[in-house]
Amino acid sequence: MLLKELSEARGVSGNEAAVRDAILSAVRGYIDEHRVDALGNLICLRKARRQAQPGSPRKVMVAAHMDEIGFVITGINSDGTLRFGKVGGIDDRILLSKQVLVGQEAVPGVIGYRPIHLIPKAERERVADVSKLAIDIGATSKSGAEKLVKPGDYVTFRTTFEILDEGGLRTVKGKAFDDRAGCAVLIELLKEEYAFDLYATFTAQEEAGLRGARVAAYAVNPEIAFVLEGTVCDDLPKKKDLSPVTEVGKGPVITLMDRSFIADRRLVKLLVDTAQQLGIPYQFKRGAVGGTDAGAIHLTREGIPSAAVSVPVRYIHAPVSLLSLVDLDYTVRLMCEALHTLERGLES
Amino acid sequence: MEIIQLLRELSQASGVSGYEDQVRDVARKAFAPYCDSLRTDALGNLIAFKKGAPVGGAPSRSIMLAAHMDEIGLMVTGLEEGFIRFTRVGGVDIRTILGQEVIVHGKRPLLGIVGSRPPHVLGPGEDEKPVPLENLFIDVGLSAEQVKTLVQVGDLITLRRDFLELAEGYVSGKAFDDRVGVASLALTMEALSSVRHEWDVFVVATSQEEVGLRGAITSAYGVAPDIAIAVDVGFGMQQGVSETEAIAMDGGPAIAKGPNVHPLMHERLVALAKDNELPHQVEILPGPSGTDAWAIQVAREGIPTALLSIPLRYMHTSVETVCTRDIQRTARLMTLFISTLSEDFAIRLGL
Repeated sequence: MLLKELSEARGVSGNEAAVRDAILSAVRGYIDEHRVDALGNLICLRKARRQAQPGSPRKVMVAAHMDEIGFVITGINSDGTLRFGKVGGIDDRILLSKQVLVGQEAVPGVIGYRPIHLIPKAERERVADVSKLAIDIGATSKSGAEKLVKPGDYVTFRTTFEILDEGGLRTVKGKAFDDRAGCAVLIELLKEEYAFDLYATFTAQEEAGLRGARVAAYAVNPEIAFVLEGTVCDDLPKKKDLSPVTEVGKGPVITLMDRSFIADRRLVKLLVDTAQQLGIPYQFKRGAVGGTDAGAIHLTREGIPSAAVSVPVRYIHAPVSLLSLVDLDYTVRLMCEALHTLERGLES
Repeated sequence: MEIIQLLRELSQASGVSGYEDQVRDVARKAFAPYCDSLRTDALGNLIAFKKGAPVGGAPSRSIMLAAHMDEIGLMVTGLEEGFIRFTRVGGVDIRTILGQEVIVHGKRPLLGIVGSRPPHVLGPGEDEKPVPLENLFIDVGLSAEQVKTLVQVGDLITLRRDFLELAEGYVSGKAFDDRVGVASLALTMEALSSVRHEWDVFVVATSQEEVGLRGAITSAYGVAPDIAIAVDVGFGMQQGVSETEAIAMDGGPAIAKGPNVHPLMHERLVALAKDNELPHQVEILPGPSGTDAWAIQVAREGIPTALLSIPLRYMHTSVETVCTRDIQRTARLMTLFISTLSEDFAIRLGL
């Protein structure tokens, strides 16, 4: 499964090459041109296959980010363990007792923690002091560790892709569904024919501050842009007066507003109308949390009408995330149909 | 015996205290080729017996080796909107299980995740407190209806963690406490199959250690050995732990000394290690050792007992880490000890 390959590819912000390679080999047969820019964005062009109607867009950009949250090695301790810093938004509380892979050679390691037996009860009720956490690769000296890794090496969680439910919601678990889910949707969109040039843009460094999208949007200069995401769910049981941001199994997520942008109203209407025509479920993102590449893209040059469509993903920015392939397939159908409708121009 | 493969199988097997069936099967497979008989007692202890070859006229003597095979885990306490509530079985630091994969042992084994809320939705200061148990849920990716038919209150949950080979002979995985001890027993039995030993040997993979040394209580009574050695794990030196509370990794077995250990047993183990240039260390345990040795020592009329600790980092997390050499050295020391046992030692102990 392509999503498995994408999920297991390792690409912390600034080091997306492995993800880029996996995507490129999947899309090569469907694109007319591609290039990799200075920040590592992979910009693929699928040229218009039909005559455009007057007044309809000639150049549409659809973006999904390749990078994932992770760590970078900041130093090696005398006992052979590795100090590390976070890349992207990670809650310190999820770091304890995890497996990781270090550097290009994927050296396995673990982030351990102190034995419960040695921690006074009062201390167990406080958040663990993460300043003393280190990655243990089995090396017992600084020189031993230096044979395997070096400061600056990128670190990802070590998580395998697996199917949880074959039927029903077709749930799967793996790492980095934020935003390999979006990448998977975008790859599917490249298999269709459109009346405009489609710039499928796989961006770098979203987690570091929407940095890849910014320069890619400048270079592509599209008339309209869509961003595809794997977005926050937060649908665990909780107090009834708190609604989830999105829910697994309730279809593609359409963003009205988040921390980074307000979606173009015409594009939101296009997406909602399309979902209703197709009779597929959709949901709005509730709560203006998080940001996406759309935040950078819509402010590019003189401004670009933009919208964001997401696959709902539980437990993003953690070692293991979960999504429903039913939601993902609906997201492909919704986007595909919305792009075809866009060939007739955008209602104002 | 291929130690990596053995450790992998022992570590991956499920066996929360009281439900050790799966790991017992792995231990049985490892012990079977090297023993004369095998049995399982009422509490689930696996007891292997290997006959000794006493010299003419000497009474039949026996030693019991014990290491526990149970592991800490979790248990289902309720279902809510298709998510699973749970509690702890044994000493789990719940701060270490956020984002952890688990196996829920329902009608069929279900892969699940201990869910975490993404940082995007946390309110100010919310990440400055640990997530309390009542806010933790396991997600098995199934609908509420499916979960209801497959999972019920009381079902056991094990942590799920791949076994990893690290650098320099180190390995990492779950339940190394005390499956590495069980591995050392298997290696000892294998070695004894090509060495002459006078004493009978009972090798016991004990149950329910994590909930109160219970398997050791009944198995020591049942086996009624003359002497015993328990093998467990000790706090290995690691980041965040001071030298005064830890033993050295790759330093060989820690031979315990203190009220839980018979002084002559300790002395003999240290002397054998020295004579054979076997890396070892001495660990002083002033009070209860918290191991099977504590229960065995007071079985029946009392049993001279020793305790060997294999240095282990990150105890009671899913990434417990050991140096494989320490496991082999522990087995080597027990093999030396058993192969040199004679009636003289029994007399010195006053047996």
